[in-house]
Amino acid sequence: MTAREQVTLRRSIDWGALGRSAYQAALSVTLSLLIGALLLLISGQNPVLAFRSLWDGAFGSVNRFTETLVQATPLLLIAISVSLSFRCQIWNIGAEGQVILGGIASIWVALTFSELPPAILLPLTFIGGALAGGMWSLIAGLLKAYAQANEVITTSMLNYIAVYLLAFLVHGPMMDPAGFNFPQSPLIARSLELPRLVAGTRLNVAFLIALLLVGAALLYWRTTLGQRTEIVGASRRVARQIGFSVPATIALVSMLTGALAGIAGWGEMFGLHFRLIEEFARGMGSLGIVVALLGELHPLGMVVSAFLFGALVVGGNAMERNAGVPFALVDVIQGCVILLILARGYIFKFRRGAR
Amino acid sequence: MGIVEMTGITKRFPGATRAQSVLANDQVNLELHKGEIHGLLGENGAGKTTLMNILFGLYQPDAGQILVRDQLVTITSPAAAIHHGIGMVHQHFRLVPPLTVTENIILGLEGRGLLDLRAARQRVQQVAEEYGIQIDPGATVQDLSVGQQQRVEILSSLYRGAEILILDEPTAVLTPQEADSLVACLRTMAEQGKTIVFISHKLEEAMRLTDRVTVLRAGRVVFEALTRDTDKAQLAREMIGRDLIALRAEQRNRVLVLAGAQDAAPAGELAAPRATGKVMLEARAVHVNDDRGLPAVRGLSLALRSGEILGIAGVDGNGQRELAEAIVCLRPLQAGQLVIAEEDASHWGTHDFLQRSTGYIPDDRQNDGLILGFDLARNATLKLFRHRPFSAFGFLHDRAISQFTVEMMEDFDVRAPSPFVRASTLSGGNQQKLILARELSQTPRLIIASQPARGLDIGATAYVHQRLMEERDRGGAILLISTDLDEIMLLSDRILVMYNGQSMGELDAYAADAQTLGLMMAGTPLGGAEGAGGAA
Repeated sequence: MTAREQVTLRRSIDWGALGRSAYQAALSVTLSLLIGALLLLISGQNPVLAFRSLWDGAFGSVNRFTETLVQATPLLLIAISVSLSFRCQIWNIGAEGQVILGGIASIWVALTFSELPPAILLPLTFIGGALAGGMWSLIAGLLKAYAQANEVITTSMLNYIAVYLLAFLVHGPMMDPAGFNFPQSPLIARSLELPRLVAGTRLNVAFLIALLLVGAALLYWRTTLGQRTEIVGASRRVARQIGFSVPATIALVSMLTGALAGIAGWGEMFGLHFRLIEEFARGMGSLGIVVALLGELHPLGMVVSAFLFGALVVGGNAMERNAGVPFALVDVIQGCVILLILARGYIFKFRRGAR
Repeated sequence: MGIVEMTGITKRFPGATRAQSVLANDQVNLELHKGEIHGLLGENGAGKTTLMNILFGLYQPDAGQILVRDQLVTITSPAAAIHHGIGMVHQHFRLVPPLTVTENIILGLEGRGLLDLRAARQRVQQVAEEYGIQIDPGATVQDLSVGQQQRVEILSSLYRGAEILILDEPTAVLTPQEADSLVACLRTMAEQGKTIVFISHKLEEAMRLTDRVTVLRAGRVVFEALTRDTDKAQLAREMIGRDLIALRAEQRNRVLVLAGAQDAAPAGELAAPRATGKVMLEARAVHVNDDRGLPAVRGLSLALRSGEILGIAGVDGNGQRELAEAIVCLRPLQAGQLVIAEEDASHWGTHDFLQRSTGYIPDDRQNDGLILGFDLARNATLKLFRHRPFSAFGFLHDRAISQFTVEMMEDFDVRAPSPFVRASTLSGGNQQKLILARELSQTPRLIIASQPARGLDIGATAYVHQRLMEERDRGGAILLISTDLDEIMLLSDRILVMYNGQSMGELDAYAADAQTLGLMMAGTPLGGAEGAGGAA
């Protein structure tokens, strides 16, 4: 009995499944890059040159490498946010709106309570950002929980509202009075800017916070709350039967997921832009979903895929500048990755275990 | 001479081993006459639907032949069946909700080129009038009631020239009023020379509607007769099987032998009903609705004491599931009162029910009992993981969880390589044992067991039965809901028969015989045919 316990009581890592996931992810990305190369060939450009400038753009120098990490930071935060709701079978695609609300609220707190000491104000801006993101997401969560409204629709509509709310604010009430009519808010106090990790680069503390939240996500799935999230995701019927309130869980998870996205917005504001600008979150929501899916909703998997997409974004910009290849190529690659990941069960004929 | 003759039809569905494979039809002979309504009766899993799916070309028989109008035919697909004039209306409709009635009916018959909807609509109207089917060909299907949708299905078969129409449990989804109107419609069709096969396990309907009946049991034809030459009691006996009392004693012995007991008692010594403890569950005139919001349980009362098993017998779909879900507080009461362990439970939620030392074995073990994608450890602790020692301060204790699961696997004989394999990899029997482990490990005072042995092999069935009897002997109060009369008679101390959401009466299991129970299951209340059942 004792011997058996020692053998069976430890949950071992399923290396086979892990290898399979990694292999499929790598293959998806490689195939997508090849499709991109093919497109370049068809349009008469040199794919070798293009990809070299992409690589150099992402990893060519300390500066470029840190920039990749800078781009990866919000993607990682959004991916963690998205993975939380996806594992509860809530198809929240409203990360972009939640990021925007997080940015708006945190800047508003910073500008409104500017006389507070930074040691108090900075945490307050963080809380404000998380809270605003959470509340924005809760709207869709409550609609789903109590009115059975499809969250795909509600969250994407809320995205539009958030985008235009931001545009309204930076053109109106929150516009910098001394900003020559640029659509942006006043700058926050220098004392509120997040410290840089590498001097002369834009890499800042928000990156560390993202890594910290990866650790928190790893822990989350080992809590009773994480278990509850997954049970409600796996079977609403079983969840009801064992005494969980499905609507309450959906509302709670929606709020948590929105808070994480709100933190991403806060990081963009206090780590990079230091003021509200239009379209600071553009495209982040969908890219964050790709990162989450490629990482198979696992916190560590998403670290790898966030890094990869950070590199693609930074490298893609460099490629556009240096090789004259439009950035849209990166969008194409992104799209291919989504398609391949979603269809991997059919495309990569793997012998599955049971089931 | 029959319009259809099926002879020697045999169909086996493969399983992992030969023992697990299912012989759904065994040398079945069936003859259908032109212009008759033929009832095909049998319990769930008796092979009725399989036989008709073979006739409709959905399955190929392993052996046997089919003659249609004296021609030997091989029906390879539903299209071929329709070509031979055979149409089928399934339990689950195959309609496209946003399309109109006409569009649904002509679906697949459009031909090439432009669609002449106006002409099609006129033809649909024409066919509908011919058989007295009232339907608006221009209505959108999703706006129609279930009964009307069924008429669209029937109309669709007739439109395709069906002479033989198979209806698979057509009244299961209908309200009584809709069922009456369906019956009238089928009568008209039969009078006009259509042949109708009516699959059912409701005796009342079969007696009322059919001209001839064939009863299947365990894949074989066990009885056939003209409906006017038989009665409900006989049909019930044929559906369930003869000699139930002998079978019950024999099975009880087998359970005890399998359980390792030496003193398997002869049947006669089982007779003394035990004295019982305090009332653990009481339902007072409860009313419960089904998922469609229609009344499913209508004023049912029962009382269950510690140390006894109360069996709820009845043909499937007579409100048992809704009753079970109401008792475990998953489904709200419309009226009446529920008392659990001397507390008013009428307005409880599942959370309150769980806190009262209770166990629930749901009938749908794969959807309600387990999360198949979760491993055994997480399934075994589904109801416990929020409490010490399985978690503390919100964090799960993996070691305690796996230790508990390993112990449960030993105690309840769950055979699996480790507690970390997915529940989906287990056989049905092992899945059910895992559920038993979870529900019984905390020695509950009240257990609701719904179809606890459905679909299990003999060994697993005996194990489940033995466990339930042990729980009873320990002093647990057990409500056993089953459509399997053998199981009910084997385990119960008292039997309550449910029909159409009501109690047909309650009797002592040792005094019960299959004939009385069969009549009650068919809607005749205990104590004579003059009662309320005659009104149905």
